[in-house]
Amino acid sequence: MRSFVIARREWRSAFDTPVAYVLLAFLPAVLAAFFFVVGSFFDEQTASLRRFFENLPMLMVLAAPATTMRLWAEERRSGTEELLMTYPFRVRELVLGKFLGALGLLALALTFTLGVPFTVAFLGDLDWGPVIGGYLGALLLGAASVAVGLFFSALTRNQIVAWLLGVTVLLAFNLIGIAATATAVPPWLSALFLDLDFGARFASIARGVLDLQDAAFFGGVAAVFLCWNGLVIEARRWS
Amino acid sequence: MSSDAGGGATAVVDVRGLEKSYGPVQALRGIDFTVAAGSVVGFLGPNGAGKTTAMKILTGFLAADAGSARVCGILVEEHPLEAKRRIGYLPENNPLYPEQKVADFLAFAARARGLSGPARRAALERVAERTGLQAVWRRPIGECSKGFRQRVGLAQALVHDPDLLVLDEPTNGLDPLQAAEMRALVRELGESKTVLLTSHVLPEVEALAERAILIHHGRKVADAPLSELGLTGRGLETRVAVRGGRAALEELLQEAGAQWLEAQPHPFGDEGCAAALAEVDGCGGLERIAATAAARRVPLIELAPRAAGLASLFRRLQEDQD
Repeated sequence: MRSFVIARREWRSAFDTPVAYVLLAFLPAVLAAFFFVVGSFFDEQTASLRRFFENLPMLMVLAAPATTMRLWAEERRSGTEELLMTYPFRVRELVLGKFLGALGLLALALTFTLGVPFTVAFLGDLDWGPVIGGYLGALLLGAASVAVGLFFSALTRNQIVAWLLGVTVLLAFNLIGIAATATAVPPWLSALFLDLDFGARFASIARGVLDLQDAAFFGGVAAVFLCWNGLVIEARRWS
Repeated sequence: MSSDAGGGATAVVDVRGLEKSYGPVQALRGIDFTVAAGSVVGFLGPNGAGKTTAMKILTGFLAADAGSARVCGILVEEHPLEAKRRIGYLPENNPLYPEQKVADFLAFAARARGLSGPARRAALERVAERTGLQAVWRRPIGECSKGFRQRVGLAQALVHDPDLLVLDEPTNGLDPLQAAEMRALVRELGESKTVLLTSHVLPEVEALAERAILIHHGRKVADAPLSELGLTGRGLETRVAVRGGRAALEELLQEAGAQWLEAQPHPFGDEGCAAALAEVDGCGGLERIAATAAARRVPLIELAPRAAGLASLFRRLQEDQD
């Protein structure tokens, strides 16, 4: 598939710059630190990764836009988008390629955190069901978050602006569930807010029940933002 | 399918009525031109004339407001992928990925062009040799000199052996030596490829192209072989200085059939000298000045022809049209 040509270049480029190494160190280190050091793992005396996955959505808010902020903004700032757009690619191949490149990097960072469940399994009797569910959920949550981040990278030529926009919107997606509990919010709206909440969706997958609805939700969010991304890139030809 | 109207059936580029505005700014106001297979055509105009916009539309990067662009008979707007496969493009300012190694980037360019396996390796070897990139093959692009970076830009445009090579200001920003090397490369490529290049300096087009298309304010003002444009013949500007008064110089030029353009400061600060800028009809005109000076025994101390500037060229073309 043509998208993999783009994904491969992005992947290589990430390893040619500090981006990949920082992410691969940051995500596992912070997750492990919050779980073992800051968290109450050793006090609770249970071999469970529930608290480990609780921290993941907020970390994703920071990490996903970091993998994507460069992808369109830098092409535009440096003018290399002119190369990409005059090579024989369809716009959707470019968008999907960049998405897959960033998601691949995030997936690699997640596999680097596998040390945590293996440590817990060594210390006690770990139920692997919720662990597998948690990682699947993380991948789905990651896909949606990366698509959001990538979209905002396409809106600006400044990487920092792209990151901040991505973080802000992802934060909103993660906090909207809290707004649902406010008394001023009518019930139908609070139900909608809960439906849109990334954290709530992820938590239900991380419990070990992979509901098709939750998977479809994250897939749908990713698809919508990738489509918008394509439209933004296409529209630029007419500027 | 494109052999319908004028320009000949072998036109690699066929552009009709191209218009493009950026907000209130009209960059192209209806441009037509063709480029025949195997020729090297220079797209010449001052900065801001619309050259780059035309190239961006031709290569499918921008959409035109009106008009059409065909490459090898394929409408760029309707079949962008087929058209792009036939074009190798070096954009203005040569954008590249500085963090990537030359080899990695060119491998990406080859993959982007659908080359794989042995075909890709062969293509990379070919362009590395042709553009002389072996010395920096494993170096990050950002650490290469500007001359080498320009070659990388040229190599990515050549990797799929395209029918048409579009080079937007290929020597801009290079030092004179690098520019000369780049010109030599382009000249070599022009022997086997159809090349469309843009430039805002006349000598560059003179050195490389057989035909020039002159554009100004988004309109085409001339389109002819260089010899017919009279860039090298008629309208050659020359500085003339004599020992003697201004009157003597004026008489000399008049008798030699040269046109007085403007008085110039004379070189040695000597009150006994006079200098002027004059326009003559090519080499013959220069010879006549020298011969007349000898016959009239006017000491000629300077006769320095220079390439016509783009500004004066456009002024003259404008006068011709009026």
